[in-house]
Amino acid sequence: MTGTTVKVPVRGGVGESTMRPDGIPKVTGNFAFASDLYADGMLWGATRRSPVAHGRIRRVDIGAALAMPGVVAVLTQADTAGRRTFGLEEADQPVLAAGAVRFWGEPIAVVAAHDPDTARRAAAAIGVDIEELPPLSDPEVAVEQGSVVRHIRIRRGEPDASGAVVVEGYYEVGQQDQAPLGTEAGLAIPDGEGGVDLWAVSQWLHADHEQIHLSLGVAPDQVRCHPVGVGGAFGSREDMSMHIHLCMLALRTGRPVKMVYDRAESFTGHVHRHPARMWYRHEANEDGALVKVEAKIILDGGAYASTTSAVIANAAYFAVGPYRVDNVSVDGYGARTNNPPAGAMRGFGAVQACFGHESQMDRLAARLEMDPLELRRRNALGSGDPNATTGQIIEGSLPTVRVIDELAAIPVPDPADPADVRNRPGGTGLTTDPGDIRRGIGYALSIKNLAFSEAFDDSCEASVILTPMGAEVRTAACEVGQGLAMVCQQIARTALGLNHVAVVFTDTSEIGSAGSTSASRQTQMTGGAVLKACEELRDRILTEHGGDDLTDDGVVRGGEVVATLAELCASGPIEHRVVFRHPETFSTDENGQGAPHADFAVAAHRAVVDVDPELGLVRVVRVDTAQDVGTALNPMSIRGQIEGGIMQGLGLAVMEELVLDEGRMLNANFTDYLLPTFADAPDVECRLVEEPGLWGPFGAKGVGEPPTISSTPAVVAAIRDATGLELIRAPVRPEHIVLP
Amino acid sequence: MIVELTVNGEPRVATVPGSVSLLTVLRDELALPGSKNACEQGECGSCSVLFDGELVCACLVMAADCDGSDVVTVEGIGTDEHLHPVQQAMLDAGAVQCGFCTPGFVVAAARLIETNPTPDAGDIREALAGNVCRCTGYGAILRALESLAKGAS
Ligand code: FES
Ligand code: FES
Repeated sequence: MTGTTVKVPVRGGVGESTMRPDGIPKVTGNFAFASDLYADGMLWGATRRSPVAHGRIRRVDIGAALAMPGVVAVLTQADTAGRRTFGLEEADQPVLAAGAVRFWGEPIAVVAAHDPDTARRAAAAIGVDIEELPPLSDPEVAVEQGSVVRHIRIRRGEPDASGAVVVEGYYEVGQQDQAPLGTEAGLAIPDGEGGVDLWAVSQWLHADHEQIHLSLGVAPDQVRCHPVGVGGAFGSREDMSMHIHLCMLALRTGRPVKMVYDRAESFTGHVHRHPARMWYRHEANEDGALVKVEAKIILDGGAYASTTSAVIANAAYFAVGPYRVDNVSVDGYGARTNNPPAGAMRGFGAVQACFGHESQMDRLAARLEMDPLELRRRNALGSGDPNATTGQIIEGSLPTVRVIDELAAIPVPDPADPADVRNRPGGTGLTTDPGDIRRGIGYALSIKNLAFSEAFDDSCEASVILTPMGAEVRTAACEVGQGLAMVCQQIARTALGLNHVAVVFTDTSEIGSAGSTSASRQTQMTGGAVLKACEELRDRILTEHGGDDLTDDGVVRGGEVVATLAELCASGPIEHRVVFRHPETFSTDENGQGAPHADFAVAAHRAVVDVDPELGLVRVVRVDTAQDVGTALNPMSIRGQIEGGIMQGLGLAVMEELVLDEGRMLNANFTDYLLPTFADAPDVECRLVEEPGLWGPFGAKGVGEPPTISSTPAVVAAIRDATGLELIRAPVRPEHIVLP
Repeated sequence: MIVELTVNGEPRVATVPGSVSLLTVLRDELALPGSKNACEQGECGSCSVLFDGELVCACLVMAADCDGSDVVTVEGIGTDEHLHPVQQAMLDAGAVQCGFCTPGFVVAAARLIETNPTPDAGDIREALAGNVCRCTGYGAILRALESLAKGAS
């Protein structure tokens, strides 16, 4: 067929604030989350967990539970056919504990029963006889005893270098929970041939798949992990929770098995952010130029390794922040204790270090009587500079000075109208004389690596299929709410020149790994794979048909359609599959020197707070930000990531903390673990700083984590500014203000 | 016990233990999974429904108290084909990320707009302070409802 065509630009391509393809079912309640799944004849699972933080298991008696009407199976470690442990970086965590329990809430046995209530009662009826042992709950003691998952040692420059001005500080960050709104949930269905299909919340289907088939002791092709609606993740789904348990129960009973953790079990069933203790010493010249930074950072990794080795690496490699310093000494320790395991959470080690280095920069500015932003500008790390810790030359864009200047250009708000009581700290409950409310302003900067580091083979597979209707993108990447489907759709539309693009998330048997939805990496990695697949497919088709353009009408040559999409697909859809990798990264040497990172992003935050000094209440009035985004592929979606990330940073600054007593969680529920609500939400103005990155699609950089990193120290700095207090710990609690 | 109630305009009957919550009745007995369970403590609003016209947390209402009641869930607010203005506004403003909180926000916001078609920012914050969203930071939800209020004024 031939015919003339006029080139019409695609709608909903890169750079537009397009609609989410999953938006309509999400607003109508028709979107299926893992907890909404149902299968005919399905059983319900429940987990029996350790009541102590450390102990020797003398006996597990499943008799009474098995005898209960409605109970179909009760499984313990003896029922694990394959590898009895799992773990993302080190398979050190028992699928089900036997012999010893190492944290409060560790799974010991699992049950399948006809209904959830029976399953729960049966789990409680399992007799567990444990000889309690003293828990190792202090990470400093753990480090002294050598109970360490990983020690990172960084030595750069001259150890004897010294500056005219010295500031030292000790800082702590409490343990934050990701608290995704959807709890852990999943459904496993046996295939009748010894294999199993699993739909369970995840950030990385292929990593789950690998660990599951090893523990089940079945061939890789007998396990298929399927994408499913995930109600938020923020790191909590990078490690598995119920996944192996569900598959074991499904294979044992020959029936579908569903499990949903309630909120209390969710708190014990996933890893949390590492709590931190940090010692810092900064030396600088009178003009503010940093001469030397020394730091010791201890992160509490809890009972099992999870991702601790990578989290402590991040904390150590970004211990200085986005600043130029020639002389650096850092020791980072990921401690192993009997506290609940810690692992991935948005910001991944950079959050804790940022609270330390930014608190130090403010101390230094105060000592020098210098504007805190000016001190940061003078030391700002930029493209071409060596990263202060590793010495890695920053090859891509790094607009540190620009984020500072853009932030400074956002107007500072006027003091609150004291007449509207809703705008005061504590809202209508405030009893303080409004005249006593103090306002404070604080700043912070952050730097974060993007995608995987330290020589990890970070590969990502995606496929694009041309059909008579348009194109279909296929990936096993996990959409956890961040908007990946939308951004892949935009990239494919722009790259192919086609309007009709569908994104299909597939199971692990259909396509290779997309890597984890973490490390701010999917826009760059799966987005990069989609771009590569689309560009290559387009080139292939144009070459084959001698065309000079591809449109919804088909291949165009000299303004004429020479082959329609239907004609192109006459003998079936045309698939093009690629594997995308970012530039190689490397392990560091014994001094922590080398090039471990693929890309970097910086951000700057300014917080404005009102503090009621009598009751210790804080209202965060505004948090403004300028963020290095490379190229903004979807400005509205980026703003959503920024605002959401700032709220999690605000939560860590003033309210969110898991409270442990000798390894036991005291506040594993939403009544006692406080989350920021609408009433706590500050106004946010964000400036997107666009300097295209080295290798992300269209120059894009990941945007998910930076908002969470420097917002916390900015809020705490603002409270310091309002109160004059030192405030060495996040979160800041009312008693820290009232009774310092 | 047997509970007879009206859900989204339809008469429904559920046979449940009297101790379960309305949320369990809706999700597990009546196949209406739109209302979500995120805390079961009345803290998050994911389970928000209209109960005899009042906004409640379905996780805090006992099934035994539902007999003869009139319940509206997110499934009764709008459909994929005919969105409620609140649903459209939330989509337009980018107020949906993971979507787990969204049904609860839709029900609570629809109720707000019904009782006060032109809420200001303070009204919106106050009315929705019982609904937790972990993803958006609330900014886009605020803009969605502000734009709706602007259109109505
Ligand atoms: S589930 Fe009902 S308020 Fe959270
Ligand atoms: S969109 Fe995820 S909790 Fe609100």
